[in-house]
Amino acid sequence: MMTEVPPPPPARSTRTPREIVDVPSRVDRRFNRLTLASGLFVLVLLTLVGFFLLWQSRDALESQGLWGFLTTEEWRTDVDPPRIGVLGLMVGTVLVAIVAVVLAVPFGVLASLFITEYALNVRKYLIAIVDLLAAVPSLLFGLWGFLYLSDKVVPISRWLTDNLGFIPIFETDEGAVLFGSIFIAGIVVSLMSLPIVTSVVREVFSQTPPGEKEAALALGGTRWGMIRTVVLPYGRGGIIGGSMLGLGRALGETIAVALLLPGVPEVTFKILQNGGATVAGFIANRAGSDEFTVSGLMAAGLVLFVVTLATNMLASVVVNRSRSGQGVEL
Amino acid sequence: MSLAESRVPAGVNPPTEVSGNGAGSRRTVAPPTPVRRKPRPRRPREWTSADVWTLVGSVVSAACLNWLVLVRLTTGASWFGFLLCAYATFLVVFYVTTKDRLGKLVAVDRLATVVIVTSAVVVLIPLVLLVAYVLVEGLKALRLTFFVDDQTGITPIMPSTAGGGSHAIVGTVQQVGLALLWSLPLSLACAVFLNETRSRWRRPVRIFVDAMSGLPSIVAGLFIFATLILPFAKSGNPLFGFNGFMASLALAITMIPTITRTVEVVLRLVPDGLREASLAMGASRARTVWSVVFPTARTGMTTAVVLGIARAVGETAPLLFTAFGYDLMNANPFEGPQESLPLFVFRNIRKPDVAAIERGFAGALVLMIIVLALFALARFIGRDKSKQVAKRTRARAAERQARLEARPTVDQESQP
Repeated sequence: MMTEVPPPPPARSTRTPREIVDVPSRVDRRFNRLTLASGLFVLVLLTLVGFFLLWQSRDALESQGLWGFLTTEEWRTDVDPPRIGVLGLMVGTVLVAIVAVVLAVPFGVLASLFITEYALNVRKYLIAIVDLLAAVPSLLFGLWGFLYLSDKVVPISRWLTDNLGFIPIFETDEGAVLFGSIFIAGIVVSLMSLPIVTSVVREVFSQTPPGEKEAALALGGTRWGMIRTVVLPYGRGGIIGGSMLGLGRALGETIAVALLLPGVPEVTFKILQNGGATVAGFIANRAGSDEFTVSGLMAAGLVLFVVTLATNMLASVVVNRSRSGQGVEL
Repeated sequence: MSLAESRVPAGVNPPTEVSGNGAGSRRTVAPPTPVRRKPRPRRPREWTSADVWTLVGSVVSAACLNWLVLVRLTTGASWFGFLLCAYATFLVVFYVTTKDRLGKLVAVDRLATVVIVTSAVVVLIPLVLLVAYVLVEGLKALRLTFFVDDQTGITPIMPSTAGGGSHAIVGTVQQVGLALLWSLPLSLACAVFLNETRSRWRRPVRIFVDAMSGLPSIVAGLFIFATLILPFAKSGNPLFGFNGFMASLALAITMIPTITRTVEVVLRLVPDGLREASLAMGASRARTVWSVVFPTARTGMTTAVVLGIARAVGETAPLLFTAFGYDLMNANPFEGPQESLPLFVFRNIRKPDVAAIERGFAGALVLMIIVLALFALARFIGRDKSKQVAKRTRARAAERQARLEARPTVDQESQP
């Protein structure tokens, strides 16, 4: 049997492999065209969003100039000429988002560690609970924060400013009202960016190569040692990307902030006292205004659109890169 | 690092044995015959009763110390300050005690465990508080009339149980239904495009879908307002004014990316072998998607769509510039401002009178119940059926076996 090996076909070496041609049928051509159209529609839609916001905001941008609009702190349409700008709003937006992310990221990372490394029996339920947290409408969070949590947070703010007032961000004016502060809004918004941070970080952590985790344990490492030397370095890109996605979510959060902040744009870093506004919340509070204000709101919406888009795109680049294994030193 | 860690079990185990069952080991040592003991599995993670008592003791001592210092000796600490200081003290006490007993590495490991577990618990607290709060406050004003009446003839002096939110429920159902009608075909086609075709436009489209999912929802409403409502405002056509149809378009913009992304993930889970088998038998790509990929991914796709609906039901921001809100029943989504549940809640809780706030809470409770029901439905549809299927096949096999064994007797019995 072994001797009867057939000689290799001599023609093979001279013939080039058959070229693969894809000739789609009529149905397939239609299918390809239809799906391509729907894909391109999404692309066009997003471009249209930017274009129409720009077009409708031309009144405000013409009267203020682009640079003027970006650097004006106040929003006054009652004076002549009106002075409106986005600087005060942007400062408020960024501060709320930063407070939210600073609170959400540590808890998100620790909760993901708990889900992936500790809670092996109840993992399913914990993931469901985090998903549920994401499904709760932001309106309900805002409502809860507005009517329940504010009262509970004010003593905390009081305590922080009394005891740590020497740190610039915890400073407040003499006798300032502590309701409706950026700090409270940030706490409520952090609850909304927590699920997205947790789900992104959890996914990256769960992709840690099991061989390296087992190697760390086999060398006699404790569980924390394994997490510190394998899981955290591997998931670093995911943590950064997840934080940025959470930041993007926090920047665009509308209803909760519209309920919680007084809506007065100002450049202030006293986050514990009443004051401040964010772009999204400010727009929500001004629905149904006169034409010029609406045009200003469109311009503010455009700025928000550009900023969130940039943040989210950067975040997805970071997350995708960390998933494909680049940018991870081991 | 690894060298130091490799010494852990050696440094750890003797103390644990002594503290754990010292009496037992002493008894086995007593006979002088050199009996080789079976190597015990070394488990540095194990929490013995001594460890649990260390934990409890640390909690108690930290609480007492802080009570003494913060409440008895000084004043002015709020409950939060007390909790924070007590937790910090607890961590220190726990670390020092464990380090004294079992060494530094184990102490750090235990400390990390404690911190991670507490923070996971802390994450759950707001959710529980939120659900409980909305439930308690909402039940005060929620009556069955809420589902029948609208706000006709409601004045600020009337009690919160008067009037209802039927107009809001009708509006929500119509707006979300229409939004689903626009977004579902588009999202499905887009997900198919991303996963089932080989177009070179896939990469940019994927980036844009990702970017769109981060689009602030207020911007979606603002976009519809800028594109369809403002330019046609002077034409007087009611279709291009504030109405439910415009709201459904804005909602559709927020739904498209979420549904597309989740459906795409589900489609990716369909095994390639199924596709290849279908294509190899000569089916077109369209036929493959329709008859093989979709049926396989059906449950996952349903879950994705139900979750998308749950998200859209609670969206408020896109409606502010499109549906605008209205106190009376308006069952025609194509003409005139329309209410919806989130708008009803948002508008009512900002009113100064208590009755309106209570009505808002009743609406919030209904909204929460709808969202939770949709969420539960999604989990129910997408539940892990593998165990059930296994059980069913096993039951069927057993049944067949029983029938085979019973056949002769059955035949004999059935004949007479």
